[in-house]
Amino acid sequence: MYEHDLLIIGAGLAGLRGAIEGIQEGLDVAFMTKVHPVRSHSNAAQGGINAALASRGDDWEDHALATVKGSDYLADQSAVEVMCREAGDAIIELEHMGVIFSRNEDGKLAVRRFGGQRVARTFFVGAITGQALLHVMYEQIIKHEARTYEEWFATSLIMEDGVCRGVVAMEIKTGELHTIRAKAVIMASGGAGRAYQPTAQAAICTGDGQALAYRVGSPLMDMEMIQYHPTTLPTNGVLMSGAARGEGGYLLNSNGDRFMEKYAPDYMELASRDVVSRAEQTEINEGRGIDGCVLLDLRHLGREFINERLGYLQEVATDFMSIDLAETPAKIRPGMHYNMGGIKADVDGRTEIPGLFAAGEAACVSIHGANRLGANSLLEAVLFGRRAAAGAVKFIKEEAERSSGDESEMKSEAKRLQEILDRPAGPRAAAVRLELALEMDKNMAVFRDQAGMESAAAKVAEVKKKLPSVSVDNKGRVFNIDLMSVLQLENMVDCAEAIVAGGLARTESRGAHNRTDITARDDENWLKHTLAYQADDAPRMETSPVDITRWQPVERVY
Amino acid sequence: MNITLRLQRFDPETAAPVAKYQEYDIEISDVSTVLDAIIKIHEEIDGTVAMRYSCRSSICGSCAVKINGSAALGCKTRLVEVAEEGGTITVEPVGNLPVIKDLISDFQPFWDKIRSISPYLKTTGPEPENERIASNESMANLLTAVNCIMCGCCVSDCTVLEVDPSFIGPAALAKAWRFTSDPRDSATNDRLKYLNDIDGGMWDCTRCLKCIEVCPKQVAPMDRIMEMREAAIEAGNTNTAGYRHTESFYNSVKKNGRLDETRLAIDSAGWTNIPRLLDLAPIGIAAMRKGKLPPLIPHKSEDHKKVQELYERVENDTE
Repeated sequence: MYEHDLLIIGAGLAGLRGAIEGIQEGLDVAFMTKVHPVRSHSNAAQGGINAALASRGDDWEDHALATVKGSDYLADQSAVEVMCREAGDAIIELEHMGVIFSRNEDGKLAVRRFGGQRVARTFFVGAITGQALLHVMYEQIIKHEARTYEEWFATSLIMEDGVCRGVVAMEIKTGELHTIRAKAVIMASGGAGRAYQPTAQAAICTGDGQALAYRVGSPLMDMEMIQYHPTTLPTNGVLMSGAARGEGGYLLNSNGDRFMEKYAPDYMELASRDVVSRAEQTEINEGRGIDGCVLLDLRHLGREFINERLGYLQEVATDFMSIDLAETPAKIRPGMHYNMGGIKADVDGRTEIPGLFAAGEAACVSIHGANRLGANSLLEAVLFGRRAAAGAVKFIKEEAERSSGDESEMKSEAKRLQEILDRPAGPRAAAVRLELALEMDKNMAVFRDQAGMESAAAKVAEVKKKLPSVSVDNKGRVFNIDLMSVLQLENMVDCAEAIVAGGLARTESRGAHNRTDITARDDENWLKHTLAYQADDAPRMETSPVDITRWQPVERVY
Repeated sequence: MNITLRLQRFDPETAAPVAKYQEYDIEISDVSTVLDAIIKIHEEIDGTVAMRYSCRSSICGSCAVKINGSAALGCKTRLVEVAEEGGTITVEPVGNLPVIKDLISDFQPFWDKIRSISPYLKTTGPEPENERIASNESMANLLTAVNCIMCGCCVSDCTVLEVDPSFIGPAALAKAWRFTSDPRDSATNDRLKYLNDIDGGMWDCTRCLKCIEVCPKQVAPMDRIMEMREAAIEAGNTNTAGYRHTESFYNSVKKNGRLDETRLAIDSAGWTNIPRLLDLAPIGIAAMRKGKLPPLIPHKSEDHKKVQELYERVENDTE
């Protein structure tokens, strides 16, 4: 058994930034990740990180308005205000830590334009911004000497009298289960993209934190809000950064037209992601696509510019499509990219479960509402990772008590895992995941309707029934990724259940939740978040009002 | 395409664990990668196969393995690049690190070496209110090393690590270069001195080019190491075998038009370094017995004047 003040689950940007905060506050902090920290999916954010720097005359309120409008007025405005107000300091802090942001001729930080915003306020490192930030945050963790549980997988939360007091986790290298007690736990475990196929998200993004929180009574908020990114590869779902459009790339249909003229005459390719993805899907559905795709054309930018500012995109194009972006437009399509929804949390990371905090993509604060702006996710991660840790520190210093320390949860988890290992041959986790994930991509995608979502609900129910018979070939202990696939599948199914239930509950179209059978936004009834609480067969749905401070909902035009 | 994957298997939980090979015949689309093929085996044929992977797009660094004997990212290697229709691809865990299970290696020694170079920006004095000013060129220059995803391909195939596990290795040295070349870092000279002085430091690279060849992200670790050597010399770190070797090489070719190997060995050791010279003696005697000892007084190359002209031309050019 291990004990710490603060335990952070996940070592992407949010988790690592949180750990640094806790250490600086003098606490005994540990973080746990099922991979090595630099393998985390924060790596995959390519285009940049938003901030309105007051020192150069930018206005955080303009960033906030763009975020609120981008969210289709579902974001909580007080939370958006916190994020946009503090963003400038976060960027400067990152530079001080050592991030090699691109610079202007005067040696100050350079910016590029990003979707859904008029002002160029996206700071970047080529097209590897997330990777550059994550590695620097890992450097800082080395500097601060945090206790790490690398390649450990949390299987359940320890609850006592309604308070979260740690986790049970498997050391992947040995297969042994351990109790790790903590006065507070932060879930910073990332998205649930693998509930979809294809997806831009990494294989590790299996909604683990969301599922663990959901099982102990925390609501999952606005889970129906799934971002389809406008530029993903048709074959494997891999992302081509929004920076391609930010730097001036065109989207073309089979007639060679810049079709965004029709859908967003003002912002063109740089409208919000949900708007661009819908436009692309409409072109494809109406027969103006090419092999189920539209074209991303960068030829006019020139090879030198592409290589310097969008080098990683050129690498992806070469590796997966064998094309040179300076000569050939890339076939791309909307693809599952990001979970706007997650564990309901406030601006200090507090969830509805005392002792449990959440930050980053696993959380729903809600900053992104019904649609996230490009380059707001890295910002959310560093900023709310820090804030959640500050919230946890306050909780630990003022409220938390260390508990008795029995190992009953670990023993019951050991039994549960042994039962999975002992199962007779049944369906494979991968096959069941694929069945679910294809259905999600079909019916919980860019366009939705009642019949499709009911079909998805039926699929979730069917998959849930299969779960107890899913078996493993590998009966060993050491690095049993077969066993992990089963546990991760259970997590994805919980997330999928909440996604579908949220979709069925929300009888309007807003942001990424676009229903072809109910096309209008319904501000009268649906300036509300959906909250999914786990219950026996299907989740119990509740709602909570959206926090509106100063920007009244108006028609959303780009 | 139809293809056979020959995977190295290792199960530490058997009585006497030993690495063996297992072949899997699969049919898979020809745009697939080696990683796609291994995932297919794991997901559809044999769930006991173990491997690390995550992003599928060469950014997370999880899936480095040896493919037909050379380290590479599984997700960045298309099957058609390494095998013909009906062919066989051999996949093994990366080299120079202990194997845990199947294709999964223990990266602890790798991370320990990264940690050993103090891999974080060091600055003095209070932080400025805004960003530090730095030229775009100086930051873009660092991109070379910041591109590194810590996949371990370079470490896997490093020929020095094969014989000397104490070598800090190409990944950690490239990471060190990222700081010694950062105009914002205030510890450049300390870093250079440390990497110059320690056993297994910057002078242990033998310039075999292997790390440049296998790096999937164009980090070119060996080039970074060479740049650090130059910087270390410029910073006054000249009391090393590595520096003396370089200097002796330079002087000998300049003077004779060819390499004086005997002198190179003694110069590198240092003329007053008796213990090291005594180490070399048996090698010299063995070489003499086999008739392989280079002449003690070097012959000048017939063209040595031309070589000197070349020296002059190059040196005037840089000035």
